[in-house]
Amino acid sequence: MAENKTTVRRPRRQVLLRLGGYLFRYKALVLAALVLTAVSNILALIGPTLSGYAIDAIEPGAGAVQFDRVFYYCGLMAAFYAVSAVLSYALSALMIHLSQKITYQMRREVFEKFGELPVGYFDTHQTGDLISRISYDIDTVNASLSTDLLMICTSVITVTGSFLMMVRLSPPLVSVFFITVPASLLFTRYRTKRVRPLFRRRSAKLGELNGFTEEILSGHKTTKAYHQEATMQARFDAKNHEAVTAYYEADYYGSVTGPSVNFINNISLSLVSVFGAVLYLYGQITLGNISSFVLYSRKFSGPINEAANIFSEMQSALSAADRIFLLLDEAPEEPDAPDAEELTEVRGEVKMEHIRFGYDPERPVIHDLSLTAPAGSTVAIVGHTGAGKTTLINLLMRFYDPQGGRITIDGREIRRLTRSSLRQAYAMVLQDTWLFNGTVFENIAYGKPGATLEEVRAVAKAAHIDGYISRLPDGYDTVLTEDGSNISHGQKQLLTIARAMLLDAKMLILDEATSNVDTRTEQQLQAAMRELMRGKTCFIIAHRLSTIQNADLILVLEGGDIVEQGTHDELMEKGGVYAGLYRSQFR
Amino acid sequence: MRMLFSYLKPHLGKMSLGMGIKFISAIMDLLLPWCLATIIDRVIPTRSVNAILLWGGIMLTCSVLAWISNITANRIAGRVARDTIERMRHDLFERISTLSCAQVDGYTIPSLISRVTSDTYNIHGMINMIQRMGIRAPIMLLGGIAITLTLEPVLAGLLLATLPFLAVIIVTISRKGIPLYTQLQKSVDRMVQVVRENIVGIRVIKALSKVEYERGRFDSVNRGVIDREMTAGLTMAVTNPSVNLILNLGLTLIIIAGAYRVNSGVSLPGAIIAFMSYFTIILNAMMSVNRMFIMYSRGSASAARIAEVLDTPEDLLLQPAEPKAAAEDAHVAFSHVNFAYPGMEATLRDISFSLKKGETLGIIGATGSGKTAILNLLLRLYEADSGSITIDGLPVSAIPPEELYPKFGIVFQHDVLFAQSIAENIAFGRELPRERIEAAAQDAQALEFIDALPDRFDHQLEIKGSNLSGGQKQRLLIARALAGKPEILILDDASSALDYKTDSQLRAAIREHYAGTTTVIVAQRVSSILHADHILVLEEGREIGYGTHAELLESCESYREISQSQMGGVIDG
Repeated sequence: MAENKTTVRRPRRQVLLRLGGYLFRYKALVLAALVLTAVSNILALIGPTLSGYAIDAIEPGAGAVQFDRVFYYCGLMAAFYAVSAVLSYALSALMIHLSQKITYQMRREVFEKFGELPVGYFDTHQTGDLISRISYDIDTVNASLSTDLLMICTSVITVTGSFLMMVRLSPPLVSVFFITVPASLLFTRYRTKRVRPLFRRRSAKLGELNGFTEEILSGHKTTKAYHQEATMQARFDAKNHEAVTAYYEADYYGSVTGPSVNFINNISLSLVSVFGAVLYLYGQITLGNISSFVLYSRKFSGPINEAANIFSEMQSALSAADRIFLLLDEAPEEPDAPDAEELTEVRGEVKMEHIRFGYDPERPVIHDLSLTAPAGSTVAIVGHTGAGKTTLINLLMRFYDPQGGRITIDGREIRRLTRSSLRQAYAMVLQDTWLFNGTVFENIAYGKPGATLEEVRAVAKAAHIDGYISRLPDGYDTVLTEDGSNISHGQKQLLTIARAMLLDAKMLILDEATSNVDTRTEQQLQAAMRELMRGKTCFIIAHRLSTIQNADLILVLEGGDIVEQGTHDELMEKGGVYAGLYRSQFR
Repeated sequence: MRMLFSYLKPHLGKMSLGMGIKFISAIMDLLLPWCLATIIDRVIPTRSVNAILLWGGIMLTCSVLAWISNITANRIAGRVARDTIERMRHDLFERISTLSCAQVDGYTIPSLISRVTSDTYNIHGMINMIQRMGIRAPIMLLGGIAITLTLEPVLAGLLLATLPFLAVIIVTISRKGIPLYTQLQKSVDRMVQVVRENIVGIRVIKALSKVEYERGRFDSVNRGVIDREMTAGLTMAVTNPSVNLILNLGLTLIIIAGAYRVNSGVSLPGAIIAFMSYFTIILNAMMSVNRMFIMYSRGSASAARIAEVLDTPEDLLLQPAEPKAAAEDAHVAFSHVNFAYPGMEATLRDISFSLKKGETLGIIGATGSGKTAILNLLLRLYEADSGSITIDGLPVSAIPPEELYPKFGIVFQHDVLFAQSIAENIAFGRELPRERIEAAAQDAQALEFIDALPDRFDHQLEIKGSNLSGGQKQRLLIARALAGKPEILILDDASSALDYKTDSQLRAAIREHYAGTTTVIVAQRVSSILHADHILVLEEGREIGYGTHAELLESCESYREISQSQMGGVIDG
């Protein structure tokens, strides 16, 4: 199951390497950032030295201050500080650019993945959780990627520099660090092991909270009508509690790391003091050197301390990255065969031969189904709800591939065709309409880029929706939303029909295309629908049998099998399932 | 921000405890170098190893204290942040569930989702960090300034003179940041919207081979977010270097001023050296303060978005009214009702009807003629502009929601199912006995397919019920509506995916088992409402016919046309 797949976690090194890959793509920027960091760090070291020179010039005391030198060095200081301010702004700007580039890239990859995944993926994954991955998780990764990278570079420079200085000052004293540095490394490692699953849990729980929020808010009206606000609140509270608890638990253990490493550093300071003082007593070291050593040891442990602080941040970034990569690694829709051809010059003869299919291969929905739809014919599929009508459509469009048998168009097997050319050969009006946040015009012209307003208006008129549109405040420029209340389901269906009318496809699928449209409008539509269907191979699913009486072939499905087929008159004469269904309409 | 403080208020005690503990740890961290100085200046000259070890012990103690207090303080901070956010999210969700439908339309669902999620995350991070850094930085800043004042009041005065500039810079930029972050969150809303649309419409998008096009659309919103993030980031990034520069230039001036003072014998060079080391502390503290301001900008933009929802004025208030001496024994009645959706032309005009208990009303009419609007008004999901809507003589606006809604069993068009078991979807949070659920499923003609499932009522639905066919979904939804034994049953085109046979069996079951239930059915098929006691024919929001099937066949031409077209030659009721 998909659920199991998402719980497989990869080793941390792999996640890190992959993150590194993103940085590597912008190696010029990364390199520039590193150079800037190095330069600004060096400048930061020069500043204090200059001020030291200036103070040396003051040193001689009252009446003897060498003002020319003071002014000279102060001038230099001002200049250096100005340069370093500019550099550090440049560095931040660079880092912002870098991290935004990576964010952009990651979001793009995730979104492109959405287009590659089989449609069934979205039936098993909460929309909100997917939204959480493309927004929150990617943000988390990048917040850490950009700041932590610089932090680590700065640390490496400072740590190496001060370690060298300390060795120069007093090799025996450095031995203190042979105790404390491994101690802090071991400690960090141990904590990380414990903390990592907690951060994973935290990302997962936040994703769940998102998923739940999206699900419930989408059903806002139903919740209200059933007055179940309290129930939903209780469920939300439970999810919310889990999310904040997971957050806190990660925090709880994560917050130990920083102070603990700080503690180990404090211990090393104490050891250096005591050990240094004893060495001094035995004449092994000078006082001045002890104080320099201490200064450097502070510099040395400072970044290590800082690194431990950013460690927890990195943990959450890694968990988030893990979730993103899991999504990116999800098996895509089986790619087009390498030798897949474009489906061009379609005549529209569709054949299904011995199709066997189940969404779960163990439980076939369709057992052995064959049908032939000659080019330009109209095939109606009828049957009780759940008989497998919509499944046939899923197979025709290659949303799913059958486990057995084959489907051909004009004698070419559809598995050997590119998906996009196959799908473009169909126009489709589904029961579940879909509008996006855009103007009426954009929604109708969706399938035909470059359509003119005249064309759009013509199809809207034919679909009997022009009247409604002209009553909208901005006519064709009115912005529609999926959840908006200003449009009814029937009107949405009419818009979708208009959308299909604009398409130049040889085959047409109407899956309960007018189920929410009143019958009178539907009748007025018929001339337009006939026009739409003319010369096309049509597959119609409908409950209103009156709409399919003229079909060339009527298939009656039951439990995934064709139990009757023929024209309306033939089937009525036969007096079987179809005739029964037909009569039940009237009583 | 005021909203945020009101959430933090109950935790003030805990927060000050945490900050107090943080204070101890800061002091301990400051004591360590002082101990070291003592060892070097005072203990070493005594040449006593024991004394050195003693001071070493003191340093160790300080380290341990700092360690424990830091951890404790961080944990308290985490707990405060946790409790605050839990409470805030609770309230936010609660407020959203009580928003009226018109208000939800105004905010849009994607925006509400991102307020509950990404905005609360921002605030969570902010509360957490501000508690952790909020005490250390000011202590260092104030402590540093205080010590420099005692060392060299004149030079310190010079240092203080730079502070107003710094304050102006920090405050101006963080003020500027708030609208930028608000913009950013808005563009995040937009991105969430596109992602959500794509997930919901994936079949259509793939069918039309618009995957590439959608990528382009996402690309533009993605760029929108990036651009805003960049603008905000680049603006906020100005503060750090400028604060640094101003302080350092101040330092340069101090050295020059110091030179004059030393030259005239008022100051000693040593004091200037000491002054400089404290200066570093002040600078670092200033940086931390600045970082908090950046976080504040981001957090307060999010807080404002949350407060906006929380402070949304209560819509659809209860308007107490005396029950009118119920016109005869009307159960549900509309009288001269007018209504328009916000920003739209009139949706309903002068609608009147009256139903006795147990009667059925069928509503039929062209697409977009206002059928669903009538139901929305009866449920008081929207408020009528004029006219009265009454249940048992009491206006719906006078009935508290906890009494109003339990009267109803409703199926909306394309209603929602959740990723739960079938039984849970039917019960929908109500405490219904299993027998009731099963009976409702049977009446809704759903038992047949449920029985075919391996685990029957415990069968788990996939997200949005996607493992069911359209007709199966509708039957479950109808079972949900029937399960509560409603006083009023509302079916909005709820049987459109049912075949005629199932539909007629459903109607028979309702007639038989829900005789006392007043029913309102919106339908496309005349056969669904043929036997209704009253039928309302709508056209462009107007009532063009009202009566029984037989009456309307006589009086309403539209109805006759509809009926004839659907029923062929069969006209008699």
